[in-house]
Amino acid sequence: MILALVGNQNSGKTTLFNALTGSNQHVGNFPGVTVESKTGFLKNDRKIKIVDLPGIYSLRPFSGEEIVTRDFILNHKPDAIINIADATNLERNLYLTLQLMELGIPMVLALNMMDEVRNNGGTVNIRELSRALGIPIVPISAINNEGISELMDRAVFVGSEKIFPSKWDICDDGPVHRCIHAVTHIVEHHARKAGISRRFAAIHLIEGEDEMASRLGINANKIELIEHAVIEMERETGFDRNEAIADMRYAFIEKICKDTVKKPKISKEKLRSDRMDHVLTHRFLAIPLFILIMFTVFFLTFGWIGNTLSSWLSLGIDALTGWVDAVLTDFHINPVMQGLVIDGIFTGVGSVLSFLPLVVVLFFFLSLLEDTGYMARVAFFMDKLLRKIGLSGKSFVPMLLGFGCSVPAIMATRTLSSERDKKLTILLIPYMSCTAKIPIYTLFCASFFPRYAALVMTGLYFGGMVVAVLVALLTKKTLFQGKPIPFVMELPPYRLPSLKSTLILMWEKARSFLQKAFTVIFLATVIIWFLQSFDIRLNLVHDSANSILAVLGKWISPLFVPLGFGDWRIATALISGFTAKEAVVSTLNVLLGNLSLPSLFTPLTALSFLTFTLLYTPCVAAVATMKKELHSGMKTFGMVVFQCMVAWITAFVVYRIASIIS
Amino acid sequence: MTLNELSPGERGLIIRVGGQGPLRLRLLDMGLISKTAFTMVKRAPLGDPIVLTLRGYTLTIREEDAMQIEVIKQ
Repeated sequence: MILALVGNQNSGKTTLFNALTGSNQHVGNFPGVTVESKTGFLKNDRKIKIVDLPGIYSLRPFSGEEIVTRDFILNHKPDAIINIADATNLERNLYLTLQLMELGIPMVLALNMMDEVRNNGGTVNIRELSRALGIPIVPISAINNEGISELMDRAVFVGSEKIFPSKWDICDDGPVHRCIHAVTHIVEHHARKAGISRRFAAIHLIEGEDEMASRLGINANKIELIEHAVIEMERETGFDRNEAIADMRYAFIEKICKDTVKKPKISKEKLRSDRMDHVLTHRFLAIPLFILIMFTVFFLTFGWIGNTLSSWLSLGIDALTGWVDAVLTDFHINPVMQGLVIDGIFTGVGSVLSFLPLVVVLFFFLSLLEDTGYMARVAFFMDKLLRKIGLSGKSFVPMLLGFGCSVPAIMATRTLSSERDKKLTILLIPYMSCTAKIPIYTLFCASFFPRYAALVMTGLYFGGMVVAVLVALLTKKTLFQGKPIPFVMELPPYRLPSLKSTLILMWEKARSFLQKAFTVIFLATVIIWFLQSFDIRLNLVHDSANSILAVLGKWISPLFVPLGFGDWRIATALISGFTAKEAVVSTLNVLLGNLSLPSLFTPLTALSFLTFTLLYTPCVAAVATMKKELHSGMKTFGMVVFQCMVAWITAFVVYRIASIIS
Repeated sequence: MTLNELSPGERGLIIRVGGQGPLRLRLLDMGLISKTAFTMVKRAPLGDPIVLTLRGYTLTIREEDAMQIEVIKQ
């Protein structure tokens, strides 16, 4: 049996999913954090599958999320729908409920956050509401795990007994009612053949959806009949078709809420939320507070907690490497094999693994900001700035995540409802300098700019952002023409995130990072090790200057002569940086042998090199994610080439200007 | 008058939702329909977008979109 979990954004849907399945899945308060359907199995019955669909406000195929949900329901026909609604915000949540009821699929309404309503003196007459809607209702509190098993039983019951919503007709007698019935009659036969509820089909045809017309395969003659009925309705109501339907639904909701819901006079949670908003979105305080919060997060992550944990972890890895090395020597393992294990796998994967704590700590803080509802406020007050570069405030959060790691940042662009915004945001994300580049910056700053390390680092971060703005301005008028998406966003009340969901998120991030380390990066280090240890005739080399990698490096190194660093070793390090940015440092270390960094670079060329590494192609994991999100290898390739070109030009400009100044 | 002309704290009633395409449909879905009461809450620190409450929840929309919504002050 398949159950679909559907609800508004911020209704606690993902918390409920966790409670139902015990599965690992991130919960967020930023509108639309669940970006694709996730599946789990019911805790006490492994035969029942639950699909967590993206949070949506309407079944209109308008944003990517709505399309995912609608297509899933129409094409996969779940046995039952669990519709979760926020009881503290019932009026708007029921709008989707009414649309779901039209689908003619067994469903249960889960009224979430009922504890909050009751604690503030409000009530919902569950029995009356259930009668008015014609579907069973279960009051729950997803975060406190209340009412979950009753909900499970109810959902399984309506699914297995095929108990369909009993109330279809929610329109009063009148023009809208007449129109819907006329159209229902016209399409009845087609809807039955297509396996779609006739009322659902009728309403979507009235709203003028061509997609539904072609899905049902109705002819031009009938379309004309429908159009006739619709025009009649528009004339009688004075509304256009879309508003007439929306008005019919909201009018019904207002009526049943008046009969069954007693709203609390004052809610503690709302008051607290308003007070927090007063400060956090204050006219003068909002932006300084935001900068302070982000600074604290980055300081704690990179300066303190994360760094300490990272250095402990790398001590551990070093010890393990030494031990394995000794064991391999004791057993007289073939030296080539030993080289592969120690110099290839342990050094390569180990250097990436030591970043695990940084990534996990950063995500801990970012998920905290997200789950509390603060990120929605950030999107709100940053919207005006981002609009200047042709984006909306919603692109801000993915870009911010880019400072952690491009991979989750690119994945987060799925919440954007326009393809254009999504593509542009994906193009810009790699310019937000990710954590993997930090070892490169640290190494070069220590060697060439010991006194100005902080200045150079800040310059690099801001430099990346400046380039992003320039690229956006440049492409807004050319490659990414078109109107930005409407920015109509709910500001959810601030809520305390549950520790469970935060921990689940951290575990998820850690797991995906480990996965990356042991798959892509593992493979890449083995390949690099191979290219570095053998020559083109596949003989083992003693001097890495003769290796295949060196040949490749020598082949492309002339490209970098105008940038001031034409040495083949540098080119080689840059190639290996494609596997993971940390590899630039490890490859340079290997290739340098006994030489020191200043023998290859001057402070000037170091600056040029840093600029180039800041901007050139994202790592293989990020490129793979780009391809997945863009659904196109060509577009991804185009973006990567574009990014490399921008990097080359910028590094060239920086190098020339710096040469003139000094 | 249009929605963006209200000052923070003022209440209004929606008369007509203009605009077109996805924007208008989104506004209708979010419950901005003729005769809906709302409160203009505040503006973003940079002056735009604006925040309003209606039907018991908080919504933010851009000034240029709010200009498409005809209202009367209450």
